[in-house]
Amino acid sequence: MKLDNLHQKLIAAARAEQPSDRVPYAFEKRIMARISSGSAVDLLGAWSAALWRAAMSCVVVSVVACACVLWSSRHQETDFSREFDTAVFASAGSADEVW
Amino acid sequence: MERSDAELIAAVLQGDIASFEPLVTKYSPRLFATARRYARREDEVEDVVQEIWSKAFQKLSTFRGDAPFEHWLMRMAVRTCYDFLRHHQRNRENTFTELTTEEDDWLERIMSAPEQVSEKSEAAKQLVQKLLAMLSPQARLVIQLLEIEDWTVKEISNLTGWSVPLVKVRAFRARAEMRKCLARVARDKYL
Repeated sequence: MKLDNLHQKLIAAARAEQPSDRVPYAFEKRIMARISSGSAVDLLGAWSAALWRAAMSCVVVSVVACACVLWSSRHQETDFSREFDTAVFASAGSADEVW
Repeated sequence: MERSDAELIAAVLQGDIASFEPLVTKYSPRLFATARRYARREDEVEDVVQEIWSKAFQKLSTFRGDAPFEHWLMRMAVRTCYDFLRHHQRNRENTFTELTTEEDDWLERIMSAPEQVSEKSEAAKQLVQKLLAMLSPQARLVIQLLEIEDWTVKEISNLTGWSVPLVKVRAFRARAEMRKCLARVARDKYL
């Protein structure tokens, strides 16, 4: 109970103390100088980001291309096996006719 | 004529960096007040506010304008302050120092007659700062926002990016941690 009292008193103390909103002299000038110098550096960042995006899109395109090739080759395999089957059975059928 | 926040932001996004300065001038007082709740040394406070403005500038294109710019900026401020607390966590264990005579007296008086003790005394303010410095970054952020600044759980969720249930869990743990720290501070007086 006493700890609760203490807790409430301390929270009330913290609430009563409003931190100052004083801004140091010419702070906005400092921020603008930092941002301006940073934006020049950022050109390099933007360039590398663009390169990364380009690389990522290349990876996506190559993955899609690989998937297409695999899919089409799988279909070709089934077609080939069917054709192979047909060819084999066709010869068997023609052998029956001979007999 | 004074330009609105939306107009200034649009100008900055079109490459007019100078339009960012009125935003810095307008919102820096609020950011300094927020940063001073988490950082004590003035050079640390300035670093935190500089970091907030740098992030705000870099991420300005992500501001969608469906909420006021101040809300968006405050979210960034709270997250930057949290990062500051996490980076300074290593010093946390060493921050608790022995109580001063005034703090000790204040504790004595609150033990004997709590209703007669003012929470506005300097000793109480120093004591609460020591206590907050003992908490983990998560607990300190939650106690600061929930109990001292009176934000709701939902608002804290928006500010921090944590889910509502996570804020509730962290609030529960923060109170337990605060209680433990209080017991440590007041061990000689109460236990």
